[in-house]
Formats: sequence, structure tokens, C-alpha cells
Amino acid sequence: MENIDGGAFILGLSALGAGIAMIAGLGPGIGQGFAAGKGAEAVGRQPAAQGDIRTTMLLGQAVSETTGIYSLVIAIILLFANPLIGTYVKFLQQVK
Amino acid sequence: MDFHNHNLWAIHIGEHEFWITNTIMNTWIIMGVLILLALAVRFSLKRFESTPKGFQNAVEALVEIFRNFTISTMGEKNKRFSAYFGSIFLFIMLSNLSGLVGLRPPTADLATTLSLALLTFVMIHYYGIKTKGIKAYLKGYFEPFAFLFPINLMGELATPVSLSFRLFGNLLGGTIIMTLYYSIPFWPMKLGIPAALHVYFDMFSGILQTFIFVMLSMTFVAGALEE
Repeated sequence: MENIDGGAFILGLSALGAGIAMIAGLGPGIGQGFAAGKGAEAVGRQPAAQGDIRTTMLLGQAVSETTGIYSLVIAIILLFANPLIGTYVKFLQQVK
Repeated sequence: MDFHNHNLWAIHIGEHEFWITNTIMNTWIIMGVLILLALAVRFSLKRFESTPKGFQNAVEALVEIFRNFTISTMGEKNKRFSAYFGSIFLFIMLSNLSGLVGLRPPTADLATTLSLALLTFVMIHYYGIKTKGIKAYLKGYFEPFAFLFPINLMGELATPVSLSFRLFGNLLGGTIIMTLYYSIPFWPMKLGIPAALHVYFDMFSGILQTFIFVMLSMTFVAGALEE
């Protein structure tokens, strides 16, 4: 382990972390599919209320999508605007 | 691979330095388009007739769509909000669609979406205080139990965060995926397939997210307006 550069280690683990964060995409996917299925059921039962059902379904799906978007934002920050590198540089300066 | 928000040039005001970024530039372009559209409507207003045709037809349909949308979401007595939400809708929709002409969408920047969400946040609390009165408004934070106050406060503060992150995350995600696709070095992959990706990420996702942002804002403001 001694010959691994600290910065490279942080970058590699950040990439892994970004990938792991995107596992959160599972939840909204399942939830939105479930909501869409229920929406289709509701349209089958009451075709006249299709407009209302569609808006309600989209609203619920948008709210439940929030968790997925949070994980996406965290993954993007880890990949393209990594705050840990700055902390590491500051740490190195303090050590010197 | 280039989807970052670049600094174009700097403006010095006093000792401070302000950077003009891609986002600001593209916002100006979209504002210019919207202002030109508004001027075109304003100057042709004199020639409008009682039986609409052509351009007048399109403008009337647009106004009517926004009015019906507002009435169906916020109720008949709040239809005065259709002007505000209609213009917000047009601005966000044009921003999201600007990826089609090669601009970086301004909504793929947290600064734009957070300021739009803060407008909604201010509206929610302004109308909440105005309709309920300051006492009943503050009392709402201590319901159903007084010890739930921190959770209620966090819930209120999370509203603009989740509103802005939803739009920002979707648009930035779309922009990144498009850029990653375009950076594939094998050129036959760039024939035809990007068109389908643009239809999904820019048009479908963009218009859907616009609709969701405006509809959630409407629902929150309508909730604050309830007695």
C-alpha cells in the first residue's frame, strides 16, 4: 500500500463512491413503475378521468424521483467537482 | 468532453470581480427571444380581430392553455396566477429546449434553478402569511405537536432545495449523457442515434420537468392560499 499516491487513491475511491451512489436509482425506478401501473389500472377502471389521473401520477412520480436526483447530484459532485481533493491538498500543505 | 459552465469574461465593479458565464449568456439569449416574442404580440395587438386566424390564433391558444392549466391546478379564484406561472413555464421550457440548438441549457446550472425555486419559496410564505395572518401561520409550525417544530421547519426549507435539485439534476444528467455520447470516437455512431437521444433528453424530459416544476410550484402556492 505504501507505493499508492494519496491523491490517486482519493480519486479512485471517489469514482467507486459515485457508482455506489447511483444504486439509489433502483428505488425511484421501482416506485415510478409501480405508480405508472396503478395509473394504468385507474384509467382502465375510469377512462373518463384520464387527464386527472395523468397529472396526479406525474406529480407523485416527480416527488418520489427526488431521492434518485439527490444521488445523481452526489455522484456528479464526486466525479466533476470533488471537494475531497481540495481537503487533501490543504492537508498536505499543513503537513509540510 | 466539455459540459462545464465556462467563464467568458469578467466585469469589474469596484473591487469585486463578476464573471459572465455561459449560463448568463444563454439566459440573455433566451430572454431576448422571449422579449422579441412579447414585442411581436404587443405590436400585432392592434390588428387583432374578433375571429382569430394565424398568429392571433396561436397566441390566444397559448394564453388559454395556461389559464386552463392554472384553473385546474389552483382553482377558479386563483386564475390571476396564470400570468406569472405562464411566463415561468415559457422561460424554463425554452431553457430546456436550448440544448437542441447547441447552447448549454441555463437550467443545467444550480444558480438558475435555485433562484427560480426561491421565487416559489418566497411566494409560498408571503401568501401563507397574507391569507392566514402571522399568528396562525407561525402556529402551523407547531402542529400537530409543539416538539415537531424542527421537523416542520426542515420540511419547509427542503421545498426549494428539492424543487431546484430536481430540475438541475435532470438537465445536468441529460447534458452529461449527451456529451459522453458525442465523445465516442467511432464516427458512424454519431449518425441518427443522437437525434433519438435529443428527442428524449431535451424534448421529452425537458418539457416534462418544466411541467412538473410549474405544477409543483402551483400546488405549493395554492396550498398556502387555502384558508
